[in-house]
Amino acid sequence: MPIDFERQRAVCSALRAFMPEHNVLFDREDVTPYECDGLSAYRQVPMVVALPENEAQVCEILETCHAMRVPVVARGAGTGLSGGALPLGNGVLLSLAKLKNILAIDTQARIARVQPGVRNLAISEAAAPHGLYYAPDPSSQIACSIGGNVAENSGGVHCLKYGLTVHNILKLRVATIEGEIVELGGGGLDAAGYDLMALMTGSEGLLGVVTEITVKLLPRPECAQVVLAAFDDVGAAGQAVANVIAAGIIPAGMEMMDQAATLAVEPFVNAGYPTDAAGILLCESDGTREEVADEIARIEKIMRDSGAHLVRVSQDEAERLKFWAGRKAAFPAVGRLSPDYYCMDGTIPRRRLAEVLRGIAAMEKNYNLRCANVFHAGDGNLHPLILYDANDPGQLQRAELFGAEILKLCIDVGGTITGEHGVGIEKIDSMCVQFGAAELETFHALKRAFDEHELLNPGKAVPTLHRCAEFGRMHVHSGKEKFPELPRF
Amino acid sequence: MSQTAASVHFPNRMDKLIHQFIDTIRAATEDRRRLRIRGGGSKAFYGNPATGEDFDVTGYHGIIDYEPTELVITARAGTPLTEIESTMRAKGQMLGFEPPHFGGGATLGGCIAAGLSGPRRAYTGAARDFVLGLRLLDGRGTDLRFGGQVMKNVAGYDVSRLVTGSLGTLGVILEVSLKALPLPQAELTLACEQQRGEAITLMNAWAGQPLPLSATCHVEKRLYLRLSGAESAVKAAAKKIGGEPVPNAAEFWNGVRDHRDLFFSGDGPVWRLSVASTAAEIDLPGHQMLEWGGALRWLKSDADADSVRKAARKAGGHATLFRRGNRTTGAFHPLPEVLMRIHRNVKQAMDPVGILNPGRMYPNL
Repeated sequence: MPIDFERQRAVCSALRAFMPEHNVLFDREDVTPYECDGLSAYRQVPMVVALPENEAQVCEILETCHAMRVPVVARGAGTGLSGGALPLGNGVLLSLAKLKNILAIDTQARIARVQPGVRNLAISEAAAPHGLYYAPDPSSQIACSIGGNVAENSGGVHCLKYGLTVHNILKLRVATIEGEIVELGGGGLDAAGYDLMALMTGSEGLLGVVTEITVKLLPRPECAQVVLAAFDDVGAAGQAVANVIAAGIIPAGMEMMDQAATLAVEPFVNAGYPTDAAGILLCESDGTREEVADEIARIEKIMRDSGAHLVRVSQDEAERLKFWAGRKAAFPAVGRLSPDYYCMDGTIPRRRLAEVLRGIAAMEKNYNLRCANVFHAGDGNLHPLILYDANDPGQLQRAELFGAEILKLCIDVGGTITGEHGVGIEKIDSMCVQFGAAELETFHALKRAFDEHELLNPGKAVPTLHRCAEFGRMHVHSGKEKFPELPRF
Repeated sequence: MSQTAASVHFPNRMDKLIHQFIDTIRAATEDRRRLRIRGGGSKAFYGNPATGEDFDVTGYHGIIDYEPTELVITARAGTPLTEIESTMRAKGQMLGFEPPHFGGGATLGGCIAAGLSGPRRAYTGAARDFVLGLRLLDGRGTDLRFGGQVMKNVAGYDVSRLVTGSLGTLGVILEVSLKALPLPQAELTLACEQQRGEAITLMNAWAGQPLPLSATCHVEKRLYLRLSGAESAVKAAAKKIGGEPVPNAAEFWNGVRDHRDLFFSGDGPVWRLSVASTAAEIDLPGHQMLEWGGALRWLKSDADADSVRKAARKAGGHATLFRRGNRTTGAFHPLPEVLMRIHRNVKQAMDPVGILNPGRMYPNL
């Protein structure tokens, strides 16, 4: 979209009335770094970038944009994988990067009050001296911001046991598009009225702009141990996961990798994975020493009884981290095998895993592309990594169709198109497959309940019915990752 | 996949019932008649009195799908909570939020519409934390499905959690999918004499350590603590904490959960104050019971509503007039103006004519 320079000047001068000049950017070279987030296949230079330094400025920016009817896209660290922070050529890109203070840590109440630009990991680091941590650990946690986590309802490897972002926050301060502050949630465990904090979480910047977050902190578990188990058949590995759950165990982490993934990883990290296995499981237990010793012994037995041909238990912290290093390096390792890869994010009922993996294997043949599968097995969140070469346009198109077919399969078996990466712009057309017109209309009505003129991140997360009608069939765009240095799992 | 007799034998009857519900809602919308949605009626005392014709949804009942290894149970709104809990117990699982029943007839729909949680809340999560998806009829009679039957799902707004605790004002809940948790291997309740202020400090200190806590309560100068988990972990924690084991502990916690405990008897109003766990003792006359590691304070007091609400706000939370008392100022804590405006807009989005349980939560909502 070309920039309307007259409009740009008007918006800049309105914002500069209350902000320092250097925090309102419009020069091409200044705004270009904001043209995309972690999904770099989509790029758009924003009309204006605003960098508020405090909540009052956030409110003023929103009030101004509301009055001028300028759309606003909020952005945290820009590590999102679904294009949720893709700017608009006629809009303001509202970066929360300067709001990066940890305002308070209350060790008695086990809470931290933080600004949205604070990095996820920085919270746990600040809480560590008190034996506390913030549980949700998305793979990008060294870089991603807590405000972005709220917008996406981020998960992580430990969310089966410890929950998603929505389960680990107590209170939000949110600026409405009119520039007013509302507090959602509260100092207690619930609040009067509708649970708007839960609705705000995961709303991808379409309902409000989060200016402050109160998160729960948990006591760091005394210890953790992990079991590595190898199987000749991914179906058996899937059954082993079911057997662990059936035994009444909620593991702290339960991850699966297929052979394509372990073959990619092992030469890269030497994690000690058996590369002859069809699939491996990593199953972690954490808690008190007594609890972990008990649980690990039971998990070990279940793995053997479920047909694992190799079972190893981490003997010390170094070995535990080594077992995990392979899993955490899966995305970059797969990235070494192929010029490009496309990461999918469907969630399925776990019992349908073998069937879905068989389906994906058949698609590999049909599309003549390889696919490695890593799987948050505990909660059913599957990340197929489709390998392709973007320099060959035929391959790109095949990868797109392959991905779309995987998402459709996820929906067909009772799952969802996105478990943790969000819809953003990337999966907006797949929303037409997952939801009917009535649900989509409800989403739009709810958006208008917060944002009458649809100025907050318009065009993301929820497709218009018109778009769905035009779309007609499944079509998912490819995304190539920025931030190759960040672990992705 | 286990199914109950209801869904196996009468799928058509259940479908017919939904059509009847839709017809009822559509007719009410056309005539602008208010509907008072009713399940088992066990929580009829809760909230503000709703007006309108009774709309009984208990006929739509039965467990639809329960796969223990998936940790998910899906059931119709009219299913008795006791049926859900006993079915899950038979498979070694439970509802992690320990929902109150408040009487024999409690249904799943009422449980989720009220969004109330029991003693385990502070340690495992609230009703809304366990809701994975639901099916509901909105105020136009549109049949809608949100969320799903999987643990992780970020497609679309989280309407399922919005509807949880909305007291039927946003839609008629038809079906709910909930995350299940395994029953703990071992459970032990300990008690000791303790002053209230000291109890608040202790409960917060315990929660900051890696202990297998699953409930805390302070009442009548006694502090109760429940440990749940692996047998070895429960034993080790008990040794560390001390106190005397409580016999018939399940009876005690069910009494707290369902307000059968002696504390709740009498004729006076009972307030529920949801506050910061570390907040000082509520300085009001009357009796108090503490739960949720200090974050929930039950107050039996004749203090006027303004004083109670002021005290709750000062303690970082809100106050609900839970049982009895004078409801002229409403059962629930008044909302700031901007927030109230958003509430009205949300209600408008889901129930434009305003026929579903109007006034149950707030006037004109």
